[in-house]
Amino acid sequence: MVNIDIKKATVTEASVSVAWGARLSRPEVIPMYPITPQTHIVEHLAEFINNGEMDAEMIHVESEHSALSAMVGSVAAGSRTFTATASQGLALMYEILPIMSGMRLPGVMAVANRALSAPINIWNDHSDSVSARDQGWIQLWVESSQEALDTVIQAYKISENKKVMLPVMVNLDGFSLSHVYEPVEIPDQGKVDKFLPEYKAEDFLDLKNPKTFGPIGFPSDYMEFKEQQQAAMFEAEPVVQEVAKEFGKAFGREYGDGLVEEYKMEDAEYAVIGMGTLCGTAKDAVDELREKGIKAGVLRLKCMRPLPAERIQKAVKGLKALAVIDRHVSLGFEGPLFTDLRSALYETGLQVNGYVAGLGGKDIKIQHFEKVFNELKEGKKKGGWLL
Amino acid sequence: MGLKEVRIHGRGGQGAVTSAQILAIAASKDGKFTQSFPTFGVERSGAPVEAYTRISEEFINRRQQVYNPGYVIVLDTSLIGVIDVTKGISEDGLIIANSTKTPEELGLKGAKAYSIDITKIALDIMGKPFVNIAALGAFASLTGETSIDSLKKAVEERMGKLAELNNKALDKVFALAEDLK
Repeated sequence: MVNIDIKKATVTEASVSVAWGARLSRPEVIPMYPITPQTHIVEHLAEFINNGEMDAEMIHVESEHSALSAMVGSVAAGSRTFTATASQGLALMYEILPIMSGMRLPGVMAVANRALSAPINIWNDHSDSVSARDQGWIQLWVESSQEALDTVIQAYKISENKKVMLPVMVNLDGFSLSHVYEPVEIPDQGKVDKFLPEYKAEDFLDLKNPKTFGPIGFPSDYMEFKEQQQAAMFEAEPVVQEVAKEFGKAFGREYGDGLVEEYKMEDAEYAVIGMGTLCGTAKDAVDELREKGIKAGVLRLKCMRPLPAERIQKAVKGLKALAVIDRHVSLGFEGPLFTDLRSALYETGLQVNGYVAGLGGKDIKIQHFEKVFNELKEGKKKGGWLL
Repeated sequence: MGLKEVRIHGRGGQGAVTSAQILAIAASKDGKFTQSFPTFGVERSGAPVEAYTRISEEFINRRQQVYNPGYVIVLDTSLIGVIDVTKGISEDGLIIANSTKTPEELGLKGAKAYSIDITKIALDIMGKPFVNIAALGAFASLTGETSIDSLKKAVEERMGKLAELNNKALDKVFALAEDLK
């Protein structure tokens, strides 16, 4: 349940909400290349700029590879920067993903998650971003339009924190969320400015004080760089929580603690965990199951990288079994979130079942969760593909 | 939970998606939570299109497709026979069809059905067969799920210069539907 004052809300597309999140964060540069289902985000930003409502330079590049390369350049020059992509677009950016994080450049990219080809498919799953999880970007995942807007603003504050200095991906389900119209409260610019002050880079490309970013790291030093990045990732975990708390105080909206959202977990015996819009449907399934006397709950993983392992261990205390719902599969093994969470929960001894669902826009329904909870209740080690 | 689900059938270009969005905007003006979305895909002119609106007193959690709508609006009855417009409709559901034929002649079974010649009203008022917004007048009258005032405000917000004539047609269809009750 998102705390929205319906009297103050406007009904708009989630893509527009993301564009508002970006606008209110005042990026100076927006390199953009359109791709379904992300296009509406940058289209609306172009409209804001065209209407004179937003002061940012939009760079029309020739590919996603160039969009992220331009973002690396503009952040290295000291500018707050925003871009958005999806699916094959993110795949084309892949080469630049670890360059941006390795150079410790803060910035925010929205990803309207979409399946990867082939066969060509424009609908939602998480294969684009989840398969990029090892590239040093913080990954936040949202469930609603309001959360998408609020998370873009928070993402800048997390990203630019001196202890973090890492880029952030804000993931929203393509079509299943990006193209849905629903009420959203657009925060006041003055309040956002107070929450998110202007970005002042300490290290940036400066003609008067020349510096090199990302020079060669010899075997003697490369691993030390990675060790620092790993430490920054872990530092980001409490920062995500602090920023979520501060946002809650300023705007009255919180999504769990920024890392994990718990739904009816207080007395839950069985729970599902997943990311994005599937968790909303899971919440309604849990309400129905509770009417039948089943103590069910939902854990929504809002932050996949860094993976808040201890936080999840705490959240599953008291559970008899947990099911992980992956909207992606690591072909040749299993759902990557399942692998992550089973590893994170290994020492708790909790039974964890893994399911793959919703690939390429296949609908995830309440009845899928009924099946999952029934299998958890049966106490058997089960899992598989939900078709 | 009091969740209401609406499915609007039309053909690509008839504005089913726009009317589902306007319905969501109107319901939010009535103080309700809403979701509106089309069947996601490649939009083609003339092809069957479905658009959906959810209306609830509370924030809407579920994100699955709409399978059991309480209300169905059919903007183009030439779709009947091509697709099953009554599919999944709840037992106490209600269908509104744009047609000169009666619901019996259209073969609409399994739910309470009304038919109104919305195309004629649109042609009379706008000179063009723009039925998508006018049809919402019948929805407001027959279901009471949204007020006509909020609908008209939503049309003004969304349709700009086209709002005035659309709202005239909306009023006319609302009045005709009132007589059917």
